Amino acid sequence: MKSPAFDYIRARSVAHALEAYRSLDGEGVYLAGGHSVVPSLTLRLQAPAALIDLSGIDALTGISLDDGWLRIGAMTRHAEVAADPMIRDHAHLFHLAAPHVAHPAIRNRGTIGGSLSLADPASEFPAVALALRAEMEVAGHDGVRRVKADDFFLDIYETAMEPGEILQAILVPPVRAGDVAVFDELARRRGDYAMVGAAVQAVVDAGRVTDISIAFFSVGNKPTRAGAAESALRGARLDDAVIAAAQSALDADLDPSDEPQMPASVRRHLARVLLGRLLGHLGTTA
Amino acid sequence: MTMDIELTVNGEHVRESVEPRMSLADFLRERLQLTGTHLGCEMGACGACLVLLSGKPVHACLVLAVQAAGETVETIEGLSESGAIADLQAAFHDRNALQCGFCTTGMMVNAHALLGDNPAPERAEIRDALSGNYCRCTGYEAIVDAIDATARKRASDVEAPA
Repeated sequence: MKSPAFDYIRARSVAHALEAYRSLDGEGVYLAGGHSVVPSLTLRLQAPAALIDLSGIDALTGISLDDGWLRIGAMTRHAEVAADPMIRDHAHLFHLAAPHVAHPAIRNRGTIGGSLSLADPASEFPAVALALRAEMEVAGHDGVRRVKADDFFLDIYETAMEPGEILQAILVPPVRAGDVAVFDELARRRGDYAMVGAAVQAVVDAGRVTDISIAFFSVGNKPTRAGAAESALRGARLDDAVIAAAQSALDADLDPSDEPQMPASVRRHLARVLLGRLLGHLGTTA
Repeated sequence: MTMDIELTVNGEHVRESVEPRMSLADFLRERLQLTGTHLGCEMGACGACLVLLSGKPVHACLVLAVQAAGETVETIEGLSESGAIADLQAAFHDRNALQCGFCTTGMMVNAHALLGDNPAPERAEIRDALSGNYCRCTGYEAIVDAIDATARKRASDVEAPA
């Protein structure tokens, strides 16, 4: 199918984009990489009066280190996330997850900010942001605010951003001594949406887990921290009994629904299997 | 609303007036008659419309023509006429790596980009690179074989120039 007609505005700055959005009175849609917006137009799921293209805004690009925090510009493409040495060193989970996002050609255009703003519950990057305890830098008419990842993802395709706000950058906390990251997903084919996926960021000191955050995706309406499993692991040594306890604790953390292509019980089982593999991997990586 | 855009397509400067809703794929096919770029799903799933945008493979169905303003586009026609993929085309022919040919141009564009980035890919890497390209005729084994054979041939030609 073909898109309905719309106007096109190439924003010069964040302020220009915000003003353009306001002038469109709710009929504008921001365009980043376009790999979710454009198919939604050709499928006629939405019909905005205008697209406001953010790709020419310098303030949304670039990767830099500020006081230990890594700042990743929202327009950073998935392929850059995979290849950038600063992201590899200071936000390793994003580096590990990027090759799992869609297919190579999609990764040449799709952006990290677009993925986080869309908040598709099956996407990798929202879960990574949760596990890294990243913060979102959000610009609106009242200025710029920071939102913790834990407070950012609210529901399916729903975030804490108000209509018209723009995600400018993702801020990743400083790397700690003993930080280890592991990531994996179970998908029918490489590049397909995961049946279950998880991102784990931990601090391991002499074989003992001193801190851990675990975020699952594709198991509910939003990326989900596995708090009960984290509690079972914090302070413990990664032996078989502890890993089994963490796997059991997932029942309290995850609440997948029955779907025609996969019953909830299967998804729970896959989540336990995936966590077991990741914790085994964590033990050998640390 | 229409917008004037200028871009370079297969080495030629192009200037056209387009509606913002026109995809790069429709622009190439309908305005420039470059119909080697095929449209299958029009939602980024099938890979038939891959072109090189600033040297990198992208789905021409997911890029608006207005977004390509000022950029460089290379299509299957450009790659074919320059001879850049002559050996890849011969390998596909030799290995029967195509039947109806609908997916072939997207496969070629993607394989060309892969071999540019990674001249000696493992078979698993070839499969990963092609994971977004659907073929409904031949299956993928022959296509992977053809790309693998091209990589090996190029490597041996470098080692033992004729």
